[in-house]
Formats: sequence, structure tokens, C-alpha cells
Amino acid sequence: MQAFAKAFWKAPITAKFGVLAITVYVLTAVFAPLLAPYGQFQVVGSQYLPWSAAHPLGTDNLGRDMLSRIIFGARNTVSIALIATILTFLLGTVTGFIAATLGGWADQVLSRLVDSLMAIPTLIFGLMLLTVFGTSIPVLICVIALLESTRVYRLARAVAMNIVVMDYVEAARLRGEGLWWIMTREVLPNALSPLAAEFGLRFCFVFLFISALSFLGLGIQPPTADWGSMVRENATLISFGDPTPLIPAGAIALLTVAVNFVVDWFLYHTSGLKD
Amino acid sequence: MSDSRDDLLLDIRGLRIEARTGETWSEIVKGVDVQLGRQEVLGLIGESGAGKSTIGLAAMGYARDGCRISGGTILFDGVDLTAASIEQRRRLRGVKIAYVAQSAAAAFNPAQTLDEQVCEAAVQHGVMSRARAQAKARELYEKLQLPEPGSFGRRFPHQVSGGQLQRAMTAMAMVCEPDMIVFDEPTTALDVTTQIEVLAAIRNAIDEEDTAALYITHDLAVVAQIADRIKVLRYGETVEEGTADQILADPQQEYTRQLVNIRKVAGEPHETEPDTLSLEASGVTAAYGGAHGPRVLHDVALRVPRGTTVAVVGESGSGKSTLARVMTGLLPPIAGEIKLTGEPLPPALKQRSREQLRRLQMIYQMPDVSINPRQKIDEIVGRPLTFYFGVRGAERREQVEKLLAQVELGPDVADRLPGELSGGMKQRIGIARALAAEPEVIICDEVTSALDQVVADDVLRLLLRIQAETNTSYVFITHDLATVRAIADSVAVMYQGEVVEAGATQDVLTDPQTDYTKLLLSSVPVMKTGWLDELLAERERRRARGEKVMTSSGN
Repeated sequence: MQAFAKAFWKAPITAKFGVLAITVYVLTAVFAPLLAPYGQFQVVGSQYLPWSAAHPLGTDNLGRDMLSRIIFGARNTVSIALIATILTFLLGTVTGFIAATLGGWADQVLSRLVDSLMAIPTLIFGLMLLTVFGTSIPVLICVIALLESTRVYRLARAVAMNIVVMDYVEAARLRGEGLWWIMTREVLPNALSPLAAEFGLRFCFVFLFISALSFLGLGIQPPTADWGSMVRENATLISFGDPTPLIPAGAIALLTVAVNFVVDWFLYHTSGLKD
Repeated sequence: MSDSRDDLLLDIRGLRIEARTGETWSEIVKGVDVQLGRQEVLGLIGESGAGKSTIGLAAMGYARDGCRISGGTILFDGVDLTAASIEQRRRLRGVKIAYVAQSAAAAFNPAQTLDEQVCEAAVQHGVMSRARAQAKARELYEKLQLPEPGSFGRRFPHQVSGGQLQRAMTAMAMVCEPDMIVFDEPTTALDVTTQIEVLAAIRNAIDEEDTAALYITHDLAVVAQIADRIKVLRYGETVEEGTADQILADPQQEYTRQLVNIRKVAGEPHETEPDTLSLEASGVTAAYGGAHGPRVLHDVALRVPRGTTVAVVGESGSGKSTLARVMTGLLPPIAGEIKLTGEPLPPALKQRSREQLRRLQMIYQMPDVSINPRQKIDEIVGRPLTFYFGVRGAERREQVEKLLAQVELGPDVADRLPGELSGGMKQRIGIARALAAEPEVIICDEVTSALDQVVADDVLRLLLRIQAETNTSYVFITHDLATVRAIADSVAVMYQGEVVEAGATQDVLTDPQTDYTKLLLSSVPVMKTGWLDELLAERERRRARGEKVMTSSGN
């Protein structure tokens, strides 16, 4: 912890900004019920009220408090995106590492499976799966994780391929180490930098994917507050020159930028260790 | 030394170069003077990190990425390169000054013919027309003793051998008839038998073209064959400078003496008990890509008596590393058997028991990639203890420190990462990891060839001491006969997948029976000037007498 504090103090301004922004998001998500003046489903006035003291960001198309919904949206959208991304990485890296470490037919089977999944356009395939299995949040998370993990698989496999030919991996094999040890102790620590970079990027894609699904009506279901669907619900206001619908969009953009700043810093730090 | 000389081509004074690590700059070349006369060859010698390559590049007015020239002057033919504009320097490079890098394979574009690349600089700089450049290139191919000089340039880089490619690169440097060529370890990546031919060709071409040269290498015996003067460098400073004869015969500094006396490590010959074999390979035949793939080993036999060292020598492609892969089970053989202390080992790694794996350990060539850069030394050395003996916690730590002491490293090393250690220290970690398993046999795959010679000698001494203490047997795979002479009890010479000669080291080295062993022996550079001339003259005499003289197979 002390080491982290020290490293943070020396970090570039972009990284500090990123860490700060992410902290704010996390705190908002955790303490949403305390921070929000109203409930996320609560209708508090007439629709499309302008900004005022009672409703700092006005109300939405059903007369719900905009600020409260943005605060709750942090909790819903961010946590779903985060869980989905983590699951994506678990699935993608484990299968990717297995394919690279075992090689042979295990690699063939996994790679061809991933190829066939990737051959179908993601959004259409996602829509189909969601229609078949229903649109609950666990299903949503699993579908996203499955579809996005194909990309992570390809990266993890490619990175691990370069690592498993190293003499230290051969030394571990000669010692008689099992698959799990080789994957977690020999390959993973050396694959961390590219995977972390991918995590930042993939998190943003997952975020956008959820928003796209919500926009099409198959993502996070109303009345649950979600930044993606909030843009759509209030899109009419844009024609009147009201910036309110852009605030959830801005919240997405800001988080994306913040995550990437932190990942860049992490990359700089880990690659600096190598030299 | 020669301030009064006015025929100097290159005159570097008080050169200082800094390199960046993170945010800070540190000096890697600390005030070095280099003087090079026209048509003179100066050898720059030192171990890695001595700054010799950096100085070589600076002689062209160039500093690598992350480096800067922070002081001194570099006068080339009267022009100060440190003050020259980029345009001025560009016009000099390739035309007046040329560079030959260590790895020709990495320096050539695989998609273009050799002629296109050899002539490119001359045509680009407008020195001569393409037709004239090609004629010149052909002339150089001949001087460099390349086969079929008329059509050689039409080949692609992958169609010629490593030694030929290195000579093609020399031709590339010489096409513009430069005043000076910087050779940066041009023969280091080659086999000894090939090295001789490249060395002879380079020297011949330098003589005939009247070019001056800076010849950078870590091998004093090699540079003594080609250089008029030698400059010994260490830690970015000059240690000593003198004519080649002076340096070899009468070194003034302790460090130079160490370099001259290198490879005088000697082990006590062991009492061999032929009955107790640690490892025995018989009738091993192996191929890559299944039984019908290309055969790389034919009916190879090897016997390793307990507590002794057996060296397997041969040039690259002779199958010596494949033999190691067969013994460790990484490549199951098509035919033949491996026995460990009399007990037959299953051919494939997966079928071998943990106990069998423990008793056969391996040390690798490249310490940078043979230990995991993301694991602490404690983990690297301690893992075999946990894996084979179930030792954990404080007891394991204690044993790790004991092992580190055995390889002459302090206990504090245990908490460091490999990146914080030098090459020699990393190799010692590799040795400690093998020792942790308390093996019967250790296979050493070129363990000293990636190390500087002084460090390599220390590692050899360490291995000998450990052998005396633990009675471990070594299979020592190497291309370096000096190493064989230093530590092996017996030797097996491999050539094109077969053992062509085997026997006690003394017998094989003093009285070789086969042509290939004779060639290998005569190709090892000897630490005296004029050795190359004598060797070439001798080979020429024998050819004239009508004897068949074998030369490098990689040619």
C-alpha cells in the first residue's frame, strides 16, 4: 500500500486524474442510495422539467429525477460492464493459455471454435442469444462475456505462444510441472502488460456494447437506470438545444478515458520493471 | 601516443557518451581517445558493457537511441562529426564510413536479392551507376572468396549460409570504397570453422582495398589475427593500447593479463569407473516431425561414467542440442534407448516419473531466457525443493540460501528479480536451480557461450568445484574446444547427426583420427599473432600436395 502511494505520488498527471475519476465513480456506485436525492424509479414531477434547485439536472421523459438516475446508472452500468469484462478475461485468458501451452489438437479445437464464433457478427449473435435466453442481467453478462472473450482468447493465445517457447517454460516442463503451474506462474506474469492494455480497451467496448444493446431494447431493461438507454430516452431534448442527454454520454466517455489513463500508467510501470 | 601524426583518418579525443536509464543520464563512455591512421586496422576489445560498440558507432557520428554524445571531439578526415550537420553526416556514412554488424541475417531484407542491397548505398548516394556498382560488387565477391562471384548477387539472403551472408555484408560496406569500415563482432555468431574463412576473407579484402578499419570483438585471439594495434576497454575507459604483439606478449595491466590468460581453467582428470554409468544413450535415432521427417540423429551412442564430464562438440546443425532434447524426453527418439544409472527411461517426458525427472537436470545457454524474469530468485531456486522434496517455508528459505552460497552468491540475492542481476549471476541461478534437485546428471547446453570470457571461466571453475563436491556427472554440449580441453574427461565429436569420433579428451585432442575433428581443432583461434597466416599456409601446402582438405560444412 505504501509502495502504491509512493508510485502514485510520482505518477504523471494523467494517471492521477484517471485514478481520481475512477475513485469518484466507484464511490458514487457504492453510495448511490445515499447520494441520490430521489429513487431511480420514482416519478417526481412532470416530464422534461428544466434544471432547477429541486432537480439540478431536470427530469426525464417520464418525470424522474435526472441526477438520481445518473447516480444509480453508475451503479448499474459500471458494475455490469466491470463484471462482464472480468468474466470475459477469465474465459479468454484461461482458454487462450491452455491452447498455447498444450498446443496440438487442444489448440486446434479451441481456435476453430473461436473462429466460428467470430465469423458471426457480434451484435446480431448477441441479439439472437438474448432473444433465446431472455434478457435478465445474468444472461446479459454471460452473453457479453462469451462474445467478447473470443477477442481476448486470440490475444492471450498469441502472447502466450511467444512465452511458452522460452527456456524457462521448458525448464518448468522438464521439472514435471503441470498445466496450471505453467499457466499461472510462468506464462501469466509475463503476459500481464499486453493483457492489461487489452483490459482497458475491452472494458470500453463492453460498455459501448451494453449501451448498444440497451438502445435496441435488449440490454439493461427499463425502468432500471442505465446511461446507454438514458441517452436514447431523452434524445428528443437535443433538438431543443438542451444538453441534458449528453451528460450520461459524457459520463461514459469520461470513464473510458480515465480507465485508459490508468492502464497506460500501469503499462509504463510494468515495462519499466523489465529494463 | 601519436599526437604528431598528421596522417590520422579518425581522431577521437576525450569522447564521453551518456545513456539514459529512466529519468537520469549515466556515463557509459568516460573520456576515450581513439586514433586510427589510413589503412590501419585497430582492434577494440572488451567484454559486454565495455562501451566498444558505442564507440564504434560514435566513430560514425552516431549515438544509439537513448544515448547522447556529451563530450569530446570526433574528427574524421578533418571534419568534426559532433558539430557536423545531419546532411553532412549522411553524406559520409555509407560512402566514406561503412558499418558491418554482428548479425548479417537481421541486417538483410529477405525480400530483395543480395545485389540490390549490396549496391543500394552506392546508387542512393549517387557515387556510381548501378552497372558500375554491380561490377564492383562482383569484384568484391571474388575478393571475399564467395562461390560463383558472377551470379552470387542474384541469390536471396536465405539461399546463402551465415558465413556467406556475413561476407556479403562486408561487400556491401566496401562497394563505395570507403576510407574506414567499422566491424562490430562480425564473426561472433559463426561456427569456429566458418569464422576462419570469414576472418581470412575480410582481412584479405581490407588489405587489397587499402581500407582502414575498427574491428570490435570480445575475442582477443581473433582480433590479434587482423589488427595492427589493439585497444583494450573496460567500463567505458581505456585499459591499455599497443600493437597486437605487445598486447599478447607483454600486457601491462592486470585486466589485459586476465584476457590473455583466458581459458587456462583446468580440471583434475577423474578416476573413471566404467561400470557405474550415470547416463547411457545407445542407438539413438531421431527425426523432427514424426518417423518420416528429416533425420537429425543417426545411431548415436554416448556413455557418461558417474562423476565425470562428457563433452559433446560440433558446429551448429550437427545435432548436439537435439541429442539433449532426446535425453530430456522433449523429443522421443524413433529408435534407441536412454538409461539413467542402468534403468531405462521412458522415451517421452510425460511418461517419466517425478523421481526420474529430478535426477536429470538441465542448464541452458541463455541465462536471460532460461530463468523467469517475473519470479524472485527465492521462487526460482526454491521451486524444485518444494516440487521434488516438499520443503516449504523457513526451511526452504534456508536451503535456498545454502544453494546460493554454493554458487558463490550472497543470501540477499534471494529477494531480487532476475532483471537486477548480471548475465554471469543469472547463469549461477540457473546452476543453483539444477542443483536444488540434487540430480545424478546435469546437461549443460552451451552454458558459457553467451557469457564474457572472464565470467565464463569463473562459471566453468564453479562447475568443476561443484562436481568435486557432489560427484554429479555432466554432459557438456559446446562448440568451443577450449572449454572441452578445460573440463571434459571424455569427448564425443558430432558431425551431421553422427558421432564421428569419441574417446578420452586427451586422446581425441592430441591425436584426432577423423578429418572433421582435425578441421575443428585447427580452427580454434590461438592467442598469438600470425596464427591465421600459418594455418592458411599450412592448408594451402596440403592442398598443393594433393591432399583432401576439409573446410567448413556450413559453407
